[in-house]
Amino acid sequence: MREDLILIFYLLAILAAIVALNVKDLLAAAVVLSLFSFLAALLYIVLGAVDVGFNEAVLGAGVTGVLFVVTIFNTHRRSRD
Amino acid sequence: MIRRPDNMIVDVVVRLMVPAIQIFAFYVIFHGHYSPGGGFQGGALLAGSILLQRVALGTERSQLSFPVRYGLPFGIIGVFIFAGTGLFALIMGGQYLQYDAMPFGLTPVWLRNTGILLVELGVAFAVMGVLVSIYDSLACSSDEEGGRC
Repeated sequence: MREDLILIFYLLAILAAIVALNVKDLLAAAVVLSLFSFLAALLYIVLGAVDVGFNEAVLGAGVTGVLFVVTIFNTHRRSRD
Repeated sequence: MIRRPDNMIVDVVVRLMVPAIQIFAFYVIFHGHYSPGGGFQGGALLAGSILLQRVALGTERSQLSFPVRYGLPFGIIGVFIFAGTGLFALIMGGQYLQYDAMPFGLTPVWLRNTGILLVELGVAFAVMGVLVSIYDSLACSSDEEGGRC
């Protein structure tokens, strides 16, 4: 049971990472990256490191996603000059 | 600077979620000795609630709950609480962060229990202030109106 969960989270995290690297839209990449962070947090919790999983869920899935989105909104596709 | 979107559902959901997140953050901070969590995670949750307001309600309206100018002072106060607890124990004859050397008139067990709470409050304030000020300087730096917020 536990090993199954670990395997599922590993595979989903690898899939999310590949999608985040290959997707064209930057906003979608940021969202999929925070999904990857959430899967990593679930993986840590299943492996027994509840504290690290908590940190990863709050910072990786929450705050970092917001920071990426704000950075994307503040940049332009072409430079002005 | 983020402008406020006119969406009632986002508005209501954010106003319902922010107090719940903050209550849970304080629960995490105050129960950090016997359950997973602690100052860092609680502070990150507090910062997350404030960033949710900043993103969903717009920069201008979220000034009412946490103004931009409070970010760095909160971080500095948190660092001072942390270092002050340690230095207070050091001045009172113990070692750095040795809580049972603090003269509060309690038994050493209770002193250790409350001393770690002081340190965790300091860590939470520092993390919250610094994360919010990182977001603010990121969101306001490339502003067309010259960085008003």
